Amino acid sequence: MSDYLLEVRNVSKSFPGVKALDDVSLFVKPNEIVGLVGENGAGKSTLLKILIGAYHPDEGQVLIRDKPVEIRSVKEAEEHGLAMVFQEQSLLPNLTVRENIFLANEEQFIRYGVINWKKMDQEARRQLAKVELDIDPASYTSDLTFATRQMVELARAMSLEDRTQYQPIVILDEPTTVLEKAEKELLFERVRALKDRASIVFVSHHLDEILELTDRVYVFKDGRKVAERATSETNVGELHRLMVGREIKGEYYRQGKQIEAGEEIVLQVKNLNQSGKFKDINFELHKGEIIGIAGVLGSGREEVCRTIAGVDKPESGTIQINGTTLHLGSPSAAINAGIGYVPQDRGGEGLVLYLSLGPNITLPDMSQVMRSGLVNLKAERQLAERWIDRMKIKTPGADALCLNLSGGNQQKVVLSKWLATKVKVFVLDHPTRGIDVGAKEEVYELIRELAKQGIAFLLIADTLEETIGLSNIIITMKDGEITRRMESPPDNKPSPVDVIEGMM
Amino acid sequence: MASIPEGMSAGKSSLRSLRIPPLVGPILILIFLILLVTLINPRFLSSANVANLLRQSSILLIVAIGETYIIMMGSIDLSIEGVMALTSVIIGIFAENYFNNNDLGLIAVLLAVLIGVAMGFLNGVVHTKLRIPSFMATLGMMYVGLGLATWISNGMNLPILDPMILSWARGNTGPIPNLTFFGLAMFLIAFFLERYTRFGRYVKAIGGAEDRAKLAGVPIDKYKILAFTLAGFFVGVGGVLNSARIGAGAANSGLNYLFAAITAVVVGGTALTGGTGGVLQTLIGAMIVIVIGNGMVLAGVHSFVQLAVQGVIITVAVILTIDRSKLPFVK
Repeated sequence: MSDYLLEVRNVSKSFPGVKALDDVSLFVKPNEIVGLVGENGAGKSTLLKILIGAYHPDEGQVLIRDKPVEIRSVKEAEEHGLAMVFQEQSLLPNLTVRENIFLANEEQFIRYGVINWKKMDQEARRQLAKVELDIDPASYTSDLTFATRQMVELARAMSLEDRTQYQPIVILDEPTTVLEKAEKELLFERVRALKDRASIVFVSHHLDEILELTDRVYVFKDGRKVAERATSETNVGELHRLMVGREIKGEYYRQGKQIEAGEEIVLQVKNLNQSGKFKDINFELHKGEIIGIAGVLGSGREEVCRTIAGVDKPESGTIQINGTTLHLGSPSAAINAGIGYVPQDRGGEGLVLYLSLGPNITLPDMSQVMRSGLVNLKAERQLAERWIDRMKIKTPGADALCLNLSGGNQQKVVLSKWLATKVKVFVLDHPTRGIDVGAKEEVYELIRELAKQGIAFLLIADTLEETIGLSNIIITMKDGEITRRMESPPDNKPSPVDVIEGMM
Repeated sequence: MASIPEGMSAGKSSLRSLRIPPLVGPILILIFLILLVTLINPRFLSSANVANLLRQSSILLIVAIGETYIIMMGSIDLSIEGVMALTSVIIGIFAENYFNNNDLGLIAVLLAVLIGVAMGFLNGVVHTKLRIPSFMATLGMMYVGLGLATWISNGMNLPILDPMILSWARGNTGPIPNLTFFGLAMFLIAFFLERYTRFGRYVKAIGGAEDRAKLAGVPIDKYKILAFTLAGFFVGVGGVLNSARIGAGAANSGLNYLFAAITAVVVGGTALTGGTGGVLQTLIGAMIVIVIGNGMVLAGVHSFVQLAVQGVIITVAVILTIDRSKLPFVK
């Protein structure tokens, strides 16, 4: 009998075009808080999905209390004493707290088919007390703040210890992403308090949090486990190096291909205001220039980008494209003016996943393939093939649905779609999120290539390194205002510390 | 537990009270309509007309209850008229009737209701196991029901002679029509199921966010099938009572019930998007639909115009419910 509660042995998992997990092993001991760190795409979420039964590993084994297990659903994971607090929150907003805590586990309150609400209420209070949350179990979850809902999820996870008689293994997936500082502290306090009755797997890419909370930490990179450290024996610097390592080798962001911006102003933003979101935003973007906006969540950078793309309408201010004032708050006006918006959510906003490449590419401007008022399918196909060729899109064929492409290739379709409309300015919101390293490099290559052709970029990058590496100019934002503007020439890139200063 | 910072506690009670008003709106509309129709034609409140209202709304309520679960789940059941047709013809054949020597009494009733249950069950199975959208699965079932009913009955009315069955729909207990008790009983059963059983919880959960409910471990398919089966049961009961009311088994006996039932559900405040509402809302909704219909008759509105008015009502109701249901959903 080993002293491991959970053990992952040599697990691998591939998706078309990506090896998401490559021979990964790790273990969790009872009453231990284990950290998982890694950049986006490092394989953390794939591993978590295997643990809750959403994916099945191609190779390797998962053992719980020394027994090999086949987990096929969340329910089965829970039967083994394993619960997950989801990043995107999994509570049902139209149900009450108590109903959520015991959703799909009402047996204990049912007699002759009838739910005993009073008993459920008491039991819910007991579970909430574990996380020291004093709320009415009959309140609706939609009325709770995000942080409180998270506590409710934690309580739901802890209810496993009564249901299974095992010590629960609770996985917290990026739980701090949208928490305020005080809420974060509170969460940490509660998690620490739970340590003597549960094991915790804490997933984050905030290294300081990992160091603060965990006992041991695993570092993931590109689908592999690259290191395991006792938290007391490591530091932010080392973890960071292990996590992103490669970025140190100079040409990752194709800095050598960074060009001097042109004279011509393509995009001019003047006094843009939106109360509660951003204030007095002024900047100009030149031909072939890449401006990266750095800022934490809530800095207002996403909102500025959405406003420029016409998705949101500002209260005041003007935007000019090549000297012509843009009609604000209208995506179609922005498109006609030459702005191409690549949203963060590729599947939701960037692409119609159930359409093939051609229709996706021609969606913003169908006139490219219209012949006497009808869609010319042959022309559309040819157009798709030209873009597949030019952007090196890896696809089984022009007829393949975008659903079946890998993340990197989907992103290329999104870019093609805008390039086909003769775009002048690209607004890129996390263009490399969730795509693997090779595909990232191809996207960087493409951005450089397009900049050379004179297209200007406004960029919200996935990491700070990416912002610094890709940009000609870095603008930092904090609480809705621009705090700094720094040059970022290829031979003299600012250090992350300089940029962070502007963000904090 | 004093350490909970501001914002960590449950929402203010004023926020929570937002959840109740969805019922208040329809009730006010109902009261307003009753006053309006009474002003136009005072006969509206005559005991004969009130009894008539109770009869009509009871059957509609029973049929609409089943639809309520389905709509709460975010699905739709279009098979109502087909189910009513087949149950009606079955009761017309197996109860004491004008055409043959059958006289199965309660067994005939049971058979008819079971047919409804079976059709509902099939709806659920086709929808979940074959992964056909409920819209299509139940639309198909409507025509299966209508086709079979017309074929079996040869397109004729099958007059029912069983005095017990007829008395359910036509008799009174004191001043109150017997149908009222059926309506009330079915309503109480449905309300109980919705409020005190796992079934009611899961139906709401599935309608709220099916993927999350699934993640929590709710056996989605099982409860969807159960909901469609129960809907079949309620529609079956409604079909039997409706046959008793018109005194015959007939393939066209369910005519217009589909539209009226969906209207009742939606007017009451159950959003078509699922996750909110309930049978209590449907109770009010059914009364609104019946009062409007009856009111237009009393006001002398042409029957074709009545249909048009119903169409306007459901459209307006959809607009209202979507607005209302958005309030509690701050996602």
